[in-house]
Amino acid sequence: MRLTTLVLILTAMALAAFYLGRNRAVAIGGGSGKARLLHSLPKYYGYYTAMWCVLPGLALLLAWTAFSDTVITSRVIESLPDSLRNQPEAQLGLTLNDIRNLAAGQMVDEARRPEFAVAADLYNNLRLAAQKLLSGLIIAVSFLGFALAWWGVQPKFRARNHVELAIKVALIAASLVAILTTLGILLSVTFESIRFFRQVPFDDFLFGLTWSPQMAIRADQVGSSGAFGAVPLFAGTLLISGIALIVAVPIGLMIAIYLSEYARPALRRVVKPVLEVLAGIPTVVYGYFAALTVAPVIRQWGDSMGLDVASESALGAGLVMGIMIIPFVSSLSDDVINAVPQSMRDGSYALGATKSETIKRVILRAALPGIVGGVLLAASRAIGETMIVVMAAGLSANLTANPLESVTTVTVQIVTLLVGDQEFDSPKTLAAFALGLVLFVVTLILNIIALQVVRRYREQYD
Amino acid sequence: MAMLTPAETRRRVDASLRRRYRSEWLFRLYGLVSVLLGIGFILVLFTTIIGNGYGAFRQVFIKLEVQFDPSVIDPGGTRQQDTLASADYAQLIKTSLSTLFPDAEDRASRRELNALVSSGGAFQLQKMLLADPTLLGQTRDVWLPADDEVNMVVKGRDGAQRLSDRQMAWIQTLESSGRLEQRFNTLFFTAGDSREPELAGIWGATKGSFFMLLVTLFLSFPLGVAAAIYLEEFAPRNWLVDVIEVNINNLAAVPSIVFGLLGLAVFINFFGMPRSAPLVGGLVLTLMTLPVIIIASRAAIKSVPPSVREAALGVGASAMQMVFHHVLPLALPGMMTGAIIGMARALGESAPLLMIGMVAFVVEPPGGPMSPSTALPVQIYLWADSPERAFVERTSAAIMVLLAFLLVMNAAAVWLRSRFERRW
Repeated sequence: MRLTTLVLILTAMALAAFYLGRNRAVAIGGGSGKARLLHSLPKYYGYYTAMWCVLPGLALLLAWTAFSDTVITSRVIESLPDSLRNQPEAQLGLTLNDIRNLAAGQMVDEARRPEFAVAADLYNNLRLAAQKLLSGLIIAVSFLGFALAWWGVQPKFRARNHVELAIKVALIAASLVAILTTLGILLSVTFESIRFFRQVPFDDFLFGLTWSPQMAIRADQVGSSGAFGAVPLFAGTLLISGIALIVAVPIGLMIAIYLSEYARPALRRVVKPVLEVLAGIPTVVYGYFAALTVAPVIRQWGDSMGLDVASESALGAGLVMGIMIIPFVSSLSDDVINAVPQSMRDGSYALGATKSETIKRVILRAALPGIVGGVLLAASRAIGETMIVVMAAGLSANLTANPLESVTTVTVQIVTLLVGDQEFDSPKTLAAFALGLVLFVVTLILNIIALQVVRRYREQYD
Repeated sequence: MAMLTPAETRRRVDASLRRRYRSEWLFRLYGLVSVLLGIGFILVLFTTIIGNGYGAFRQVFIKLEVQFDPSVIDPGGTRQQDTLASADYAQLIKTSLSTLFPDAEDRASRRELNALVSSGGAFQLQKMLLADPTLLGQTRDVWLPADDEVNMVVKGRDGAQRLSDRQMAWIQTLESSGRLEQRFNTLFFTAGDSREPELAGIWGATKGSFFMLLVTLFLSFPLGVAAAIYLEEFAPRNWLVDVIEVNINNLAAVPSIVFGLLGLAVFINFFGMPRSAPLVGGLVLTLMTLPVIIIASRAAIKSVPPSVREAALGVGASAMQMVFHHVLPLALPGMMTGAIIGMARALGESAPLLMIGMVAFVVEPPGGPMSPSTALPVQIYLWADSPERAFVERTSAAIMVLLAFLLVMNAAAVWLRSRFERRW
């Protein structure tokens, strides 16, 4: 039986359970319209029976899908002849893959051997049997759950409380997804990183000056042994993010100041959403713009001044990234500038200060913590930005502070290491996770500090 | 310090005032220049992309007199479906071209001549014949797509260096005899990816994006709303809830590529889900958009005044009934606005999708959320990396389509907000 059929049957059963449960409640409660004897509204009894009909079956289904493949696979392995069964782990995995492909009806060259065909047959039979068993079991459990719940429908039974408790549990589960996500990120990244640091010493990674991850995956390949010193990547990331911040912070801040202090409300109403368009443009578009338009312009400009500019210069990527985070800086600064109380402005004007003097000496000073928080958030954005640098920055890990040269970043290397062929034991692939760990930790620290600073600042004037 | 005469004081104050007004004027100028710079960036970005991309919506076609020659297509006379399907249709085009231009005699010039028509022309002829087998033996005028370099030249995009003088002369002859025409490029909207720029389209990527957003919407909206309801209405003040709240705010600022690493390690390596599938992409994007939707939904719930809650409780509703019957309907427009904005962000996201293998070259548009596919932004990334210059045009056109989608979504969000926003 297919999964969709099973789900359809379960849905039908749930609907039936709802009506049966409700009708029983109405009947016990003294007929429709006279349900005074019941604790809850009749529909809650319906929900209750439907709930008990579906939930046990669903739990069974989930548990089954999580474990059935492992059980079946181990049975298949047991059935294999000794010569195949006693292979090393990796080889056995390949064999199993072949068997699975064969079972799915794909012809695998190496799997023409009779043992494979037998194993594939067994695999298919087991799966079929398992599916039949599962379907029967689920329907039986659902029916049992329904019958018990239906039996339990009594006038004094507090059906609503039970249903509401179930809903509350579901709500709690939904809010735990966020924690599970963070946990998932942390665990997956740390786990692979630990495997990486078993092969490459921690110091070499964090303080090494050479990055050349191209190494032989198979023994017969030609390739260097690989060097995983990530300092050039950190330097490149800082260089490009630095350029981006140099572009974005003054422009974004001045936009916020102009719009909140100088511009007429009509102008502000028009300009603000227009500038927010910049924030809505996908990063891949910025990347394309950087690679196709900005980089050649910078190159030409450099050539005309007699400078040697790489075609994938840090400057091009940094400039475009700066454009990208302008609206980010300006909207955050706008918030904090508007939060400065009017009384402080009025005090400054009363002393005879001009508008710009008030802004520079009073408002910006008062808003400084908030602005710093905003800049930190922008920096974390710039460090984690991927598409612009993947498309417009280079791949060669140069350790340089010259913005006209090509540098590479942490995110670029994660992408290049993980796109294409992967071997999950090779330090080359694992290195991407170590870089991801660094990226996650650094942005996390920046975010926590920034959110803390901004929050404390808000409290100051609230 | 000596006393200043009034005149001297006056002079000094005047001088300093001039300086101060000057710096005031300058400061204001900086602000204005910054605003203009910001708007200027937008204008440059859009004009570049539209200027590069509008050409891709037109495609050059060449009219050829094609004879469906039975001796080429079906020499055995079997009329079998697979014989007809595997016949050498390119030969028909070659024959037709060489009767049109008998001056191309040697091999080299014939190769140049044949290069004028796209390799997709043969597929078009094959499709025509399979749809109507009676065409066999007949001669028809057929409009076939031209090669990408021809496209560039005809559209005036300066591709001439790649074409020889002979080819240019042929193109001119075709043009003057009315055998060359620019038409609306339907293929761009209906085809999947292709190595040939003139045959490449965005339908496959659009479908992939659609399936992904579908998965994302169906998972992240209910989960996000449920989490927001719990945190706003039911959560007690304790450390666990504090942790969840800090967590959500931090997740919203985690770089998107980290979510890609999570997807790769958990969904693909641990759960063994297929690579390149929109389902996995949708799951990753769900985790990414969830914080956005939770934050927006919480703001929407917060804006419902407490009097509504008190009234509901006052007439005997339970807490759950109060939330689901009264608070939720009032907060729903705000939640939907947040969801649309989250979806728009998910639609433009590409970095995490690179991690889970959605960068594969997929010709066939996906049939469902489990079949391999790309997404619209990833397609843009792939085309931007392609060496053929004709892909520049396609890339920009694909960006225009993506931006149009985003525009529609954001407009919907703005409309929802203005239509249902209530001041209490």
